[in-house]
Formats: sequence, C-alpha cells, structure tokens
Amino acid sequence: MNLHEYQAKELLKKYNVPVQEGIAVDTVMAAEEAYRQIKTQTNNNFAVVKAQIHAGGRGKGKIIETGVNGVKVGKSVDDISSFAKGILGGTLVTVQTGAAGKKVNKILVAQDVYYDGPNKQKEFYLSILLDRSKGENVIMYSTEGGMDIEEVAHNTPEKIFKEWVHPSGGLQGFQARKIAFNLGLSGEAFKNCVKFVTNLYKAYVGLDCSMLEINPLFKTSDEKIIAVDCKMNLDENALMRHPDLAALRDITEEDPTEVEAGRFNLNFVKLDGNVGCMVNGAGLAMATMDMIKLSGGEPANFLDVGGTANAQTVEAGFRIIMKDPNVKAILINIFGGIVRCDRVAAGVIEAYNKLGNINIPIIVRLQGTNAAEAKKLIDESGLKVQSAILLSEAADLVKKAVA
Amino acid sequence: MSVLVNKDSKIIVQGFTGTEGTFHATQMIEYGTNVVGGVTPNKGGTTHLDKPVFNTVADAVKKTGANVSIIFVPPAFAADAIMEAAEAGIALVVCITEGIPVQDMVKVKNYLQGKNTRLIGPNCPGVITAEEAKVGIMPGFIFKKGRIGIVSKSGTLTYEAADQAVKAGLGVSTAIGIGGDPIIGTPTVEAVKLLMADPETDGIIMIGEIGGSMEADAARWIKDNATKPVVGFIAGQTAPPGRRMGHAGAIIGGADDTAAAKMKIMSECGIHVVASPADIGKTMAEVLKK
Repeated sequence: MNLHEYQAKELLKKYNVPVQEGIAVDTVMAAEEAYRQIKTQTNNNFAVVKAQIHAGGRGKGKIIETGVNGVKVGKSVDDISSFAKGILGGTLVTVQTGAAGKKVNKILVAQDVYYDGPNKQKEFYLSILLDRSKGENVIMYSTEGGMDIEEVAHNTPEKIFKEWVHPSGGLQGFQARKIAFNLGLSGEAFKNCVKFVTNLYKAYVGLDCSMLEINPLFKTSDEKIIAVDCKMNLDENALMRHPDLAALRDITEEDPTEVEAGRFNLNFVKLDGNVGCMVNGAGLAMATMDMIKLSGGEPANFLDVGGTANAQTVEAGFRIIMKDPNVKAILINIFGGIVRCDRVAAGVIEAYNKLGNINIPIIVRLQGTNAAEAKKLIDESGLKVQSAILLSEAADLVKKAVA
Repeated sequence: MSVLVNKDSKIIVQGFTGTEGTFHATQMIEYGTNVVGGVTPNKGGTTHLDKPVFNTVADAVKKTGANVSIIFVPPAFAADAIMEAAEAGIALVVCITEGIPVQDMVKVKNYLQGKNTRLIGPNCPGVITAEEAKVGIMPGFIFKKGRIGIVSKSGTLTYEAADQAVKAGLGVSTAIGIGGDPIIGTPTVEAVKLLMADPETDGIIMIGEIGGSMEADAARWIKDNATKPVVGFIAGQTAPPGRRMGHAGAIIGGADDTAAAKMKIMSECGIHVVASPADIGKTMAEVLKK
C-alpha cells in the first residue's frame, strides 16, 4: 500500500526522523493560513507547495488544466495562494502517472530548507528495501541525490552503496557510521546522519514497510540532516497488526473498479486490451492473459477469483469486466480442484441469466473436478456460451472470437 | 525413492482443528497420506479425525515420530509455527498459509539457517508424490503416477501442468509447489536439484512467474548440471510493470525479472521454453521422444 508524502512524513516524525516540516491542506484558504504559520515558525519568506499524489516526478510534471508544476516555491501569501489555486483539484501528469494523470486533492505547504548558512548544502539518496535473493533488508544509498536513482545506477554504479542488515542483530552502529562516512559527512552533520539512519531503519521495521525511499536526503547549510521527500510503501500482509496504518489508505488514488472488486474479494487489475478474463489462481490468471495475447487478443484485465468461485463472485466478475467498453470477449478459465466445476458452471449460468443482455462471446473453460458434467451443463443451457475442457481448445476459441 | 515425501512419511498438521486444517487433513487422509496427528495449542490430549491432537510440535514428534509438518495456521501466527516445527526437529515443513508479513519471513529464513529443516512455501499448494503422499491442498486425483517432476510458484498452474503431463501419457512423480512470496524456504534451483537427483523422475517441468531471479538462478545451474530435459514456462508475459499481480512476489521491478528476460536466459541455458501454457505437456512428451 502506498502512502502520500505528508502521511509518510508524519509517521517518520514519530520515530524521531527529521523531515522537511509542512502542513497538508485541501483548500486555498487553508494553504494561505498554513503559509503564514510556517513563515512565523521558520522566519523565512520562502515556502514550497507540493501536490500530494501517489507518483513521482511531480516537480517536472504539470497540471493539465492550468500548466502549473506539481511542486512550486513561493515567497508571499499571493504566490502560495496562486499555486494552490493552480494545483488543487487539477490533474497532474508526470512521467510516472501516464497520460491520464492523477487528480490532486491535497497539497503540502512545506518549509523551505534550501536557506543560506555557514556551510554548503548537499543532496543525497537513501532507501531501505528487501533484498529478495538474500532474504535480508538492505540500505541503498548514494552521494547523488535528488535525481532518478535508476539513472545513477545505470551511468555511475560505483556511486551506489549497499549495506545489508542482519535479520536478528539489526542495524549496528558501525554500519550507520559507515553510511555517514561514505556520504562524505563530518562533524555535526555526521552525527546527525548516524541518528537519522538509525531511526529511519527503526521506522522501516516498526511500520512494516516494504520500501522506504528518501530522495533527496538533505544536508542543510547549518548541518542538519532531513528528509525532504519520502516515498513509503507498506506491506499489505502486515496491515492486520497496524489498524492505524490501514486507515491511511487513500482509495481515491486507486482505480474505482479495482476497489469494487476488492469488496468481493476479487483480485483485479485493469489493463488496456479487448479480451476480459476470469481465472482462479494468480499464476494461472497471468498464464491465461499470456495465452490471450498469443491467440491474437490483448488481455483487458487480470482477475483472480480465488478459491471460491461461486455464482456471486462470477456475477461480480462479469459486471466488473463488462464495465470496460473495449471488451470484445470474455474467457473464464477455472481449474477446479477443491472447487467443483459443475458448481462453477451453475454459477456462470445463473449469473448470465441474471445479467440478461450479454452480447459478447463468453468462453468457459472448466477443467478438474467434475469437468465433463460442467461442460454438459453449459452446452445444454441454451446460452450463447462456448465451452472447452483443454486449455488449447480455449485458446482456439479466443482466436476465433477476436478474428 | 521419491522426492521429499512418500508413503512412509509421518505427517502432522499444525492448525489441525481449524476449518482449513480439518478440511485439507481429511482430503490428505482420503488420498492415503500417512497423517499421524496434529497440533493445536490447548487441545492436546483430544482426538480429531481419529488422530491424536498435541499441544506442541515437540510433543507430537516425541509421541508419533513425525518427520513432516504441514501448516494451516493464520498469517499472524504462521512464522511462529514454522520456527516451532524447526525447533522440534521436523525435517520437512510445508507452509500453506498465504499473507505472512515479509519481515516475519526475514526472521524465519534467518532462524532456519544451520538447522536440519527444509521449508517449502509459504503461500504454496504443497508437495505431492503421486499415489503415495499428498502434503498440500492440491486436488489429488489429477496427479496420476508417472515420471515427470514439477516445480512451480503457482497453485492452479501446477494442477494445469500435472493434468497436461498425465493427458500426454507421462504422469507425475513428485510436484513441488514452492510458493509465490518474496521470501520462500526452497527456491526453484533447490527443488530442481532434488528432482534432477531422483531416479524416478525422467523430465522436469519448471513453472515460474515474473519477479525475482529464482528462475534465472535455476537455469544457470541446469545449464551445467542437467541430466534430464527441462520444460519451462514463465507466467506474466503480458503483466504491466510495477503492479502486484495477486502474488506478493509477482511485481516486475528491474529489467531482468520480466518474463521475456527470464525466458531468454532459460532458453540460452538449454531449457525447452514454451510461450503458451497450453503447450507444457505436449512439449515434454516431444522432448522425451528425442
């Protein structure tokens, strides 16, 4: 589960991780008030307005309706007010959102941390994630902050450092010091960085993050180390022990159809193709999508109905898939193990009759327990449903449907 | 001989008296699997499905001589159940539970190091040696005795492969569902090694998914060590990058864990890669004829 920058920063503060302070607001008036407060606290005219969406590249991205960038620096109430007007309620398109962009419902009015002072400012990169091959968490960091880390990894791999954390021992002091040294820090900044990294790792574990990225990690002109931006990804499997974090989910950031599917315990991902599919099991669902493509179609969705394919779930699946006007055919592929195929077939017939006006070809492939009885039920139902038992037969039917 | 489990395996069920445990233990016993008892804390001393229930895995091992455990414990307690089984000296732990937090599995993986316990899963359909022992949730009747070994991350795709192998007249020796989570006990390469060494297996079907590097690791080992043909399939050729497709492990990250990249490495290492999941059984039959 993804969090917004402002939510992630609030959580980091609970772990004593210093962040660029700010106030999240959803109206222009509240943005002006937030600016006044921040100005008083920081004694600095400058402040930043940051659009809150679940995607990166906001600074270079633009609001379609107004042309305003997703991150803007201002130095007066008028500036902040006009940025807030230009961003709030608009659709922000960045390199990560796709052409459709994302609607901005909230902005973060944040302090300016790039103020002048006795020393040079510097941007770094630091993230914590799981190294799947080792089964350990790894801290990845670089002196090259504020830019696209994939680019740094590609062009100058020697500038990326990795520090693995032992699963039982946790992050050790010498490791945090090594990170601060490798970033070229000394004196006050060094001490602050050691504290920052130590507390950040505690937050990563304590919040059950699956990814925590600070970019840029920033050294201010007065030697503070702070998180200017934060991308936090939570492990959905762990939300059962963090009800407070589960409540932070922003469903307006998610595809409404996927949210609806979730209510029926269906695992749905919307795609751009013309053949819908409904399958039991994630692996078989992906394999079915691949087969649709090889048969000349394009998958319109991923839909895993899980272990209990009954009339209700099949009906919900039908409704969700048919919301997409691009769908020209639907393939149902169920490998019945514990689930009996004849029951699924009865569910398909019931759902079909209930929905009534289905005018695209439906291909049903049922294999496994009671597959022959299921095919008979479908064939004798009088519905315009084509049935198959072998996967290769289903592939041929898809081929005909999209031809 | 057979791989991991056979008719002599002594199996206990952790989470025995729960809904899932009861249902699947019943199916396992019907298949002829040698289930010797189960564990549910605070229900020790009772019987369930005509088998003894114990409070702890250690008790069960002492009284029954169990050497295999299958886990149907809810996600919040599953990591603990795996470690309890390992501590009691169980040689093979099969964890079916889906949805275990990743950080719990980081701990488990570390805990198992240096112990003589092999973990299969979590989030897997289990292990079956055809017509001998079913330690999992797969529909048993599909798995007719034969000489093809199966290694797979996915449940229903394992059934699909087994069904095709049987329909192609080959049958199944042992099928190992390794699980779809980011951290699992037995990666693809280790399962492939077991089947490669099994005298009752003539060919191996290896089924993977997008995400991670396990298939590539296995392919490199196969290139240097294969003594029997391997047919491979990777699900997710059409999956969009960065999206979680059902299994937590199935997120395309870097360039190397796409289906196309994996299929290329596998082909280069001599694996017979099929593009369509409908061709798995047919291809294995053709390869074995050569």
